[in-house]
Amino acid sequence: MSDVIRLEYRDVTMRFAQGAGHLTAVQGVSIAVRDGDVVSLIGPSGCGKSTLLNIGSGLTAPSEGQAFVDGERVEGPNAHVAFMLQKDLLLPWRTVIENVMFGVEIQGVAPAERRRRAQALLENLKLADFAGHYPHQLSGGMRQRVALARTLAVDPTVLLLDEPFSAVDAQTRMVLQRELAQTLKRAGKTALLITHDLIEAVTLSDRVLVMSRRPGRIIDEIAIDIPDRDDPLKRRTHPRVTEYVNRLMDRLDIGAPEAA
Amino acid sequence: MSDASHASVVWRGTAASVALLVIFLAAWQWGPGLLRIPPFIIPPLSMVAEEAVRMWHVSALATHTGITAAEVLAGFILGSLLGAFIGYLIGMSPTAELALSPYILALQIAPKVAFAPLFILWMGFTVYPKILVAILIVFFPVMVNVLTAIRTVDPDLINLARAFKATRAQIFWKIEFPASLPPLFAGLRIGSTLAVVGVVVGELVGGNMGLGYLLSFGEGQANTAMVFVAILMLTLVGGIAYLLVILIEQRVLHYLPKRAMSGF
Repeated sequence: MSDVIRLEYRDVTMRFAQGAGHLTAVQGVSIAVRDGDVVSLIGPSGCGKSTLLNIGSGLTAPSEGQAFVDGERVEGPNAHVAFMLQKDLLLPWRTVIENVMFGVEIQGVAPAERRRRAQALLENLKLADFAGHYPHQLSGGMRQRVALARTLAVDPTVLLLDEPFSAVDAQTRMVLQRELAQTLKRAGKTALLITHDLIEAVTLSDRVLVMSRRPGRIIDEIAIDIPDRDDPLKRRTHPRVTEYVNRLMDRLDIGAPEAA
Repeated sequence: MSDASHASVVWRGTAASVALLVIFLAAWQWGPGLLRIPPFIIPPLSMVAEEAVRMWHVSALATHTGITAAEVLAGFILGSLLGAFIGYLIGMSPTAELALSPYILALQIAPKVAFAPLFILWMGFTVYPKILVAILIVFFPVMVNVLTAIRTVDPDLINLARAFKATRAQIFWKIEFPASLPPLFAGLRIGSTLAVVGVVVGELVGGNMGLGYLLSFGEGQANTAMVFVAILMLTLVGGIAYLLVILIEQRVLHYLPKRAMSGF
């Protein structure tokens, strides 16, 4: 792990036109994620977490401030970043392996190389036997693994993950979390993870950033000082998890009367 | 649903369908006699069958059917291509949609079959006015389905492609076009049956060819059995057109779960 900053938001503000005036979704947010780090972003609904993801992936330009990936200013979609959403966004007319190759195909990687990469990822994610299946033949958890493989296939330095496991059941989620953690560690990827799941944030990350209600600002940053970042199942049992979760609940005003 | 229980549903459904057909044919054969309905109102099945054989030998039934089928095919293919093309074009350009939508709506409201006499005035007693009516009538369901499909593609899918730096053409060919195929085929199914309507109206209005002509000829002769034969043959032509669309659909949309594409 080096000190190189892979993903950076510098004083980013995002406003959307609404009626006659405008609505400030994100206000003066600065985030820096070092190489190989996994940082989680938590906050109440509508605090602009997903807006930050869109800015990072170059799909939306911020109203003020800048985003940088690998030291380059983000001015549009670029090959250094890939994102994964709660929806798997698999194309129903493509087989599993063809879905995994979708990104590299668009980027013009040679067919043999595409297939080699996709095959390797499917093996890593225990999907090799399903390469020729269509998405509707898979379970929700498997579909999300295919989406992860598609995201990794373009070999991005930074992964932006927007509640990637919130649509799968609790047990599958734990398995997927471990696979994600191991994959990120093995490949040395940098990731920004948006989640509502406090335990997920604590067990998967090196740091957790807490955002306020709209307009979203960073109101706290917690370094997670628990070993085994590549094994969230083991981390879960660590006594400090409760301590971190309590602090996050406190910062998010969970339990306070007006939060209901 | 398990395979076994699905198979038993299929078997029972088919058996009931065949039973209904037998009951219907029997009622057709013996019902009119029992209810004292004269043959010039409802000719019994056997009389219609005899008439069909007579028409085959005397009235060139096969030729007329062939002409109608060819017109249906030509009108359907051209109307579908045009409808799909315009649908994609408008679907990708909000400006074009805004500019063209009032005219398209007006043309959609106008009863297309009413254009048949006009087309015959323009093109005479040829096959072309019939094909043109079919094109016009097939055009709309195909165009509207394609347009709606392009409009309703999940924006996150488009963003996914954009995040991989897809060009406009790649977004169309890799996302929008394949995503539009199921609704396109739904439009083609409707279009295949409407093509028959367009052609037969054209033939009824003018000319001496096709099943529509036999239909009005039979009417003029007060030959009810002949009218029945023409109707049956038209249904056959439409049915085959529909079946062809389904066969192509099943090949193209093979990736869809079986039950989402149950045929009829």
